[in-house]
Amino acid sequence: MKTNSYLLSILVDDEPGVLSRIAGLFSGRGFNIDSLSVASTAEPDVSRITMVTKCEPQIIDQIKKQLHKLINVITVNDLTDKKYVQRQLALIKVNAQPEKKADILRIVDIFRCKIVDVGLSHYTIEVSGDNEKHDAIISLLKPMGIIEIASTGSIALARENGKK
Amino acid sequence: MKLNGAQILIKMIKAEGIDTIFGYPGGAVIDIYDALAKQEGLRHILVRHEQGAVHAADGFARANKSVGVALVTSGPGATNAVTGIASAHCDSIPIVVFTGQVPTALIGNDAFQEVDIVGITRPCTKHNYLVKSVDKLASTIKEAFYLARSGRPGPVLIDLPKNVMQARIDFVEPGEISLKSYKPNYKPNKKQLNKVVNMIQQAKRPVIFAGGGVILSQASGEITRLAKMADIPVTASLMGLGAFPGSDPLWLGMLGMHGTYRANMSIGHCDLMIAAGVRFDDRVTGNIEKFAPNAKIVQIDIDPTSIHKNIEVQCPIVGDCKTALKGILRLMEDQKMDDLKKDRLQWLDQIQEWKSTTPLKYEQSSDVIKPQFVVEKLYELTKGDAIITTEVGQNQMWAAQYYNFNKPNHFITSAGLGTMGFGLPAAIGAKAACPDKMVIDIAGDGSIQMNIQELMTAIESKIDVKIIILNNQNLGMVRQWQELFYEKVYSFTNMENAPDFVKLAEAYGAKGLRCTRPDEVESVLSQGLNYKGTVIMDFAVDKEESVYPMVPAGGAITEMLLV
Repeated sequence: MKTNSYLLSILVDDEPGVLSRIAGLFSGRGFNIDSLSVASTAEPDVSRITMVTKCEPQIIDQIKKQLHKLINVITVNDLTDKKYVQRQLALIKVNAQPEKKADILRIVDIFRCKIVDVGLSHYTIEVSGDNEKHDAIISLLKPMGIIEIASTGSIALARENGKK
Repeated sequence: MKLNGAQILIKMIKAEGIDTIFGYPGGAVIDIYDALAKQEGLRHILVRHEQGAVHAADGFARANKSVGVALVTSGPGATNAVTGIASAHCDSIPIVVFTGQVPTALIGNDAFQEVDIVGITRPCTKHNYLVKSVDKLASTIKEAFYLARSGRPGPVLIDLPKNVMQARIDFVEPGEISLKSYKPNYKPNKKQLNKVVNMIQQAKRPVIFAGGGVILSQASGEITRLAKMADIPVTASLMGLGAFPGSDPLWLGMLGMHGTYRANMSIGHCDLMIAAGVRFDDRVTGNIEKFAPNAKIVQIDIDPTSIHKNIEVQCPIVGDCKTALKGILRLMEDQKMDDLKKDRLQWLDQIQEWKSTTPLKYEQSSDVIKPQFVVEKLYELTKGDAIITTEVGQNQMWAAQYYNFNKPNHFITSAGLGTMGFGLPAAIGAKAACPDKMVIDIAGDGSIQMNIQELMTAIESKIDVKIIILNNQNLGMVRQWQELFYEKVYSFTNMENAPDFVKLAEAYGAKGLRCTRPDEVESVLSQGLNYKGTVIMDFAVDKEESVYPMVPAGGAITEMLLV
């Protein structure tokens, strides 16, 4: 069966143990978490969890219903078929041999990234954007020799004007 | 008024209308026990193992249509309670379990008798709490009871650190509960109800399938009226037994792995299934692809996750069973029923034929007691009026098949989790809730030994329960699977090495009776049932008797082994 990627934006009570309830629900029922990001919102006592999950289309309904059943979950918003802005942040440490430095700088420029740390033989690049941008820059930097990557999960908010 | 945490706890339990709790003391709950000793109006029944406390609270809740309460200490007290909590969770039974905890300053330090019970029970409670400050105590307790009994009911656990029980504050009555994240939907969608009425009118071969949700929402009156109004035969899951009168001609018997031939065949051939308060457990459906293949399915459930989980349904109705059924009945009242009833004749004839050609049956014997015969006799002698609890396995299935449950809340069994050792403590809880009722635990010789210590609870608290052991000296259900599917390799299912249950009963101060011959069954049962006090009746039954019909696991429910 074909699996799709779904982007869920979940508002929860900002209480100890809430993340564990959600993680436990996923592991206990055999659902997958592809990426996860948790932070506070403008409202006190409310946190937003942004989650990417891969599953078969008929499972996503069950995931959403099960999430909603958790007492600490306030709303579950499936952004997948809506208009939304999505970002993730990555720090990429890349080998910077003298003959490659110009190439790297050009890539950084084209992708409108920033170099946030410079060493004798490496650059650390900050990338912010959607998944595709991340995949693209990583594939271009790979030949230079990527030393390490640290990446956040996706965060997303729905756009004002409704559906796609 | 200054009160300490323990006093607030007792006050809040009483405020919920609870008069009986089941518990076991320990270091972390000693302040609560001190407060219990100094109050009146809340009866505490001392169990002999924490698992027993939770099962008793569960039995109490089911018999009393209310919330059961258990109180246990930290660490091992709390972990011993987990099986009871998981059992109640599977069957959606409203209980509140209070566990002691080490003082807040020690939490996380691997203190003596410390365990993260909130972490352990997260997947097997409806919700749980750790109360870190006495200011939050009263409102948390009120919220816990509200969660336990509302929506789809279930167990809620509150972990109570010792210093929170000792802390004193000015008691303030908590306000009304309003949770922005929890609003169960009781009122069904009217359009869907209209759709059901149309579906009933068009159906030639309808079946009602009632589950535990019908009993929880106290909708057996509505189910019965709907069935009779439109001549729709009724089947039920193990949890739904008693939702529809077992002696009514429209009754099909239980469905599923050990369902009756006519119930399972009706599922196979029906063109409309009205499923109320069920979750389509695998023991009910067998092979999902072949479950009700010709039917449109209406599913009524208060829990949206129950819908489309295992079975695709054509008409989902999210809401309270009772409210939904009432709505359907109101719409049905405007319809002409005579034609509808005429339409049914062929279908009801077909069912009658299945019933007469292939009834529930067993080979009677004059030498050896058949377990089914004991249950049948028990039904006759109690006129179907007793509350029956069961253990798990063959005893449970024979009780379900051969005792005709005519009323809801009279059959109390661990259906979803299948917890051996459930029946005796649950019987104690049911009897504590309904002292005027006869309460009988139908047990096996294996499972009765799992919580036999609760015999002492019954004796001490003068809670008279009748225990019927269908003693086949085997773990009969597993043995049956070994016989049928594992080439008769009877690996560790022989239980011949067992205590003398008559002497055991006497050792605890109960009465013990033994029966070894079929012609004595009735007299031993009468003697035991008429005895004033707790009694064990040990019936030496056929060792090789199996439960039939049987659908092999994963098979279509219409393909039953019948012998």
